[in-house]
Amino acid sequence: MERLVVIGAGMASGRLLEHLFEAAPEKFEVTLFNAEPRGNYNRIMLSPVLSGEKSYAEIVTHDDDWYAAHGVTCRFGERIRRIDRDRRVVVGTTGEVPYDRLVIATGSDPFIVPCPGHDLDGVIAYRDLDDTNRMIDQPQGARAVVIGGGLLGLEAAAGLRLRGMEVTVLHLAGHLMERQLDPAAGYLLRADLERRGITVMTQASTKCIRGDGKVETVELEDGTVLPADLVVMAVGIRPAVALARDAGLTVGRAIEVDAQMQTSDPDVFALGECVEFTGQLFGLVAPLYDQAKVLAATLLGQEAAFAPKQLSTKLKVTGCDLFSAGDFAEGPGREDIVFRDPARGIYKRLVVEDDRLVGAVMYGDTADGNWFFGLIKDGTDVSEMRETLIFGPAYQGGAAADPMAAVAALPADAEICGCNGVCKGQIVSAIEGGATDLGAVRAQTKASASCGTCTGLVEQVLAATLGEAFAMPAAQPVCGCTDLSHEDVRRLIKAQELKSQPAVWQELGWRTPNGCHVCRPAVNFYLLADWPLEYLDDPQSRFVNERKHANIQKDGTFSVVPRMWGGITSAAELRAIADAAEKYDVPTVKVTGGQRIDLLGVKGEDLPAMWADLNAAGLVSGHAYSKGLRTVKTCVGTDHCRFGTQDSTGLGIRLERRLWGSWTPHKVKLAVSGCPRNCAEATCKDVGIVCVDSGFEIGVGGAAGMDVKEVERLVKVATEDEAVEWTVAFVQLYREHAKYLDRPYKWLSKVGLDWVKETLSDAATRTALVERFDLSQTIYQTDPWAELAVREKARAFAPIADLTLEAAE
Amino acid sequence: MSWIDIGALDDIPLRGARVVKTPAGCVALFRTAGAEVFATSNTCAHKGGPLAEGIVHDRKVTCPLHNWVWSLETGEAQGADEGRIATYPVRVEGGRILIDAEAVGKRSAA
Repeated sequence: MERLVVIGAGMASGRLLEHLFEAAPEKFEVTLFNAEPRGNYNRIMLSPVLSGEKSYAEIVTHDDDWYAAHGVTCRFGERIRRIDRDRRVVVGTTGEVPYDRLVIATGSDPFIVPCPGHDLDGVIAYRDLDDTNRMIDQPQGARAVVIGGGLLGLEAAAGLRLRGMEVTVLHLAGHLMERQLDPAAGYLLRADLERRGITVMTQASTKCIRGDGKVETVELEDGTVLPADLVVMAVGIRPAVALARDAGLTVGRAIEVDAQMQTSDPDVFALGECVEFTGQLFGLVAPLYDQAKVLAATLLGQEAAFAPKQLSTKLKVTGCDLFSAGDFAEGPGREDIVFRDPARGIYKRLVVEDDRLVGAVMYGDTADGNWFFGLIKDGTDVSEMRETLIFGPAYQGGAAADPMAAVAALPADAEICGCNGVCKGQIVSAIEGGATDLGAVRAQTKASASCGTCTGLVEQVLAATLGEAFAMPAAQPVCGCTDLSHEDVRRLIKAQELKSQPAVWQELGWRTPNGCHVCRPAVNFYLLADWPLEYLDDPQSRFVNERKHANIQKDGTFSVVPRMWGGITSAAELRAIADAAEKYDVPTVKVTGGQRIDLLGVKGEDLPAMWADLNAAGLVSGHAYSKGLRTVKTCVGTDHCRFGTQDSTGLGIRLERRLWGSWTPHKVKLAVSGCPRNCAEATCKDVGIVCVDSGFEIGVGGAAGMDVKEVERLVKVATEDEAVEWTVAFVQLYREHAKYLDRPYKWLSKVGLDWVKETLSDAATRTALVERFDLSQTIYQTDPWAELAVREKARAFAPIADLTLEAAE
Repeated sequence: MSWIDIGALDDIPLRGARVVKTPAGCVALFRTAGAEVFATSNTCAHKGGPLAEGIVHDRKVTCPLHNWVWSLETGEAQGADEGRIATYPVRVEGGRILIDAEAVGKRSAA
């Protein structure tokens, strides 16, 4: 086997290895060095990790198993001291490795503005996972200054803002992203960012950063002083070429390579951000993947040549829809076609030269971006469609405005996935070869597997190719009021900071004036779960049971269930319940499966008075009607039982006291059993804890309704405190992520127990979840009975007027 | 028509409802917008659900029992369901709600 040494485990070299192992699994014995103490991950997706929309685990491209399966010797976290080309070895900090062929994929280093104070603690770049984690670790409300209003800087700013920080972006040029956007689109982008609470300062030149050992302020040339806890430098990158230069390879602005990715040494190759080809440098992922393909062929002795292509850009800030491609500078002989829709925040500009489209900038609606990009790349003569060009493919050739028709009409070589250079033809042949869903297409072609923005297009290709046989998956809309799915709505409520129902209806384009009985309760829940302090629960968006705090029965009467903490009651409580039952003529008194007592058949107008009576005896609402915590069923544990291993009753009461009153996507039932005999039936609950001698086994995702399901183990902990912490954190994670009306087991089947385990296994994440839960409880842990039993509220339970009585004249 | 004052507009929450007892049975008053109120029978024509307990959206209400949706303007069942509930003349004046007493079966309060 040939010895191949690769320096740098980034996206380019990762793709190279994939190609090599696929084509010739036994040909190379690979040693992979990486300065970062980890393998290859999808660096483009660091922004969603920063904003909290994805986890690191979700963006790992190659895990340990992958490297092991391909026999790669991983030397992660180890820097290379030098390359000795005469002896054909690389010298790492822990020893030498000989090579037959060497690939340099050292990527780039962030450019740090060399102003005074740039080396203070708290000044970081935005380049890798460690940088991202340092940003994530900042406390809520910390002040961040981002230097650089380009792609990377803005993604960092948006992510930091989503993390709850005060963010200011400093940009040297007159408008944001000046290399990709014209001033008009730059303005819209700026307005969007400012709406999210990000301060944008253009023509802002940094003079110095001040602080005593740690960043305190940033000072601008014009004298402005900005307080800062964190400074993120995102002004650009520099190819990392020191190793190559020291080894005597030809280096210009970067390592010079030929079209076969060969350096000045025939056994040394380079690819990625560290190379220069015909004077060009490369920063976006698409050309790097092209290089990987070419280099793989070269190493395998096949013919291939790298040729740079036109590039397009999309900003990965959720809710900021932006696309730019080609050249859009004004100039003699160039014509602009501009379309604006200020009300919808849409701006489109096409630049035409000699009847060819040469540039396109779009903001707000970028659906046609790829079609325009195709016209630019192909140099298509657009004189025939000049009049309607800006309206996109749907308006060309008299075809109906059908997005599917537009996709169907794309030629086979039209590029669908820019990141991975996958064109429509490859996807179609994968589909014809049996890849009939998104996952399979993604696995076989890599289309939509990197930044994911072309997912919709790939699905349309699937639909156009398979016709009836393909059911567009995912996007099951919430209801007829919108085309968005629950997941989209949740994501957009967070990303766009929508904090009221009218904001959701307006910004997300609801088709109805104020929703319907399906979406209103869901949106109401999402808003109160995501913005506990800013949004106020709307009773008119709740199903009657949650508005009346009682369960409506088929005859229009209600049932009343007082809380019995952990199923424990007393003679006094029972007496109060009996008195209420008699006083209000309750026809049915029933013991429930949740260890408490149900009073059924209460008239609506009697509810407030009955609650007041029960309140007086210390009883509060049992929330037997709510999408929230119902009961915590317990057994008697060590108090009385000769088998009990822990105080299961005490733990159950403690959990119920902590969790009661919280609204959740669907009802939540808990149980705590004192020993594995499991008398509290904990193994079919949403969260079920079984006590054992050595601690507490926490299971989640049980069900005993329409579906019957045994819980799966979340974790086993040693102490009661930990059991409470894990349970609260789990409930909060469920509150923040699940679709409305999904019980935990359904939610778990979508996100996977592994993801939940991994998320909760991080102590800091758990603490943050518990904190957010407790914050919400400061608002919502109140007894609705006590609130509604007061005279002015109680009136709402009675008729507004009674016209059956004769007027007293 | 003989209009009779039955209460203040603000006694009904926005997108909420209240009941008024009348000789013609329980009538539900729905506040669909700032000063827009509709009156219909409180009884769902499907299985008698109390419509005033339903979720009010647009100029419609969804019955809390089985999600039948009724137009408050016409009383017609919406969607695939068929049926009709009674509607009654109602108006808002100076923040007060007035209902047509004759229509709900009450003799003129003269």
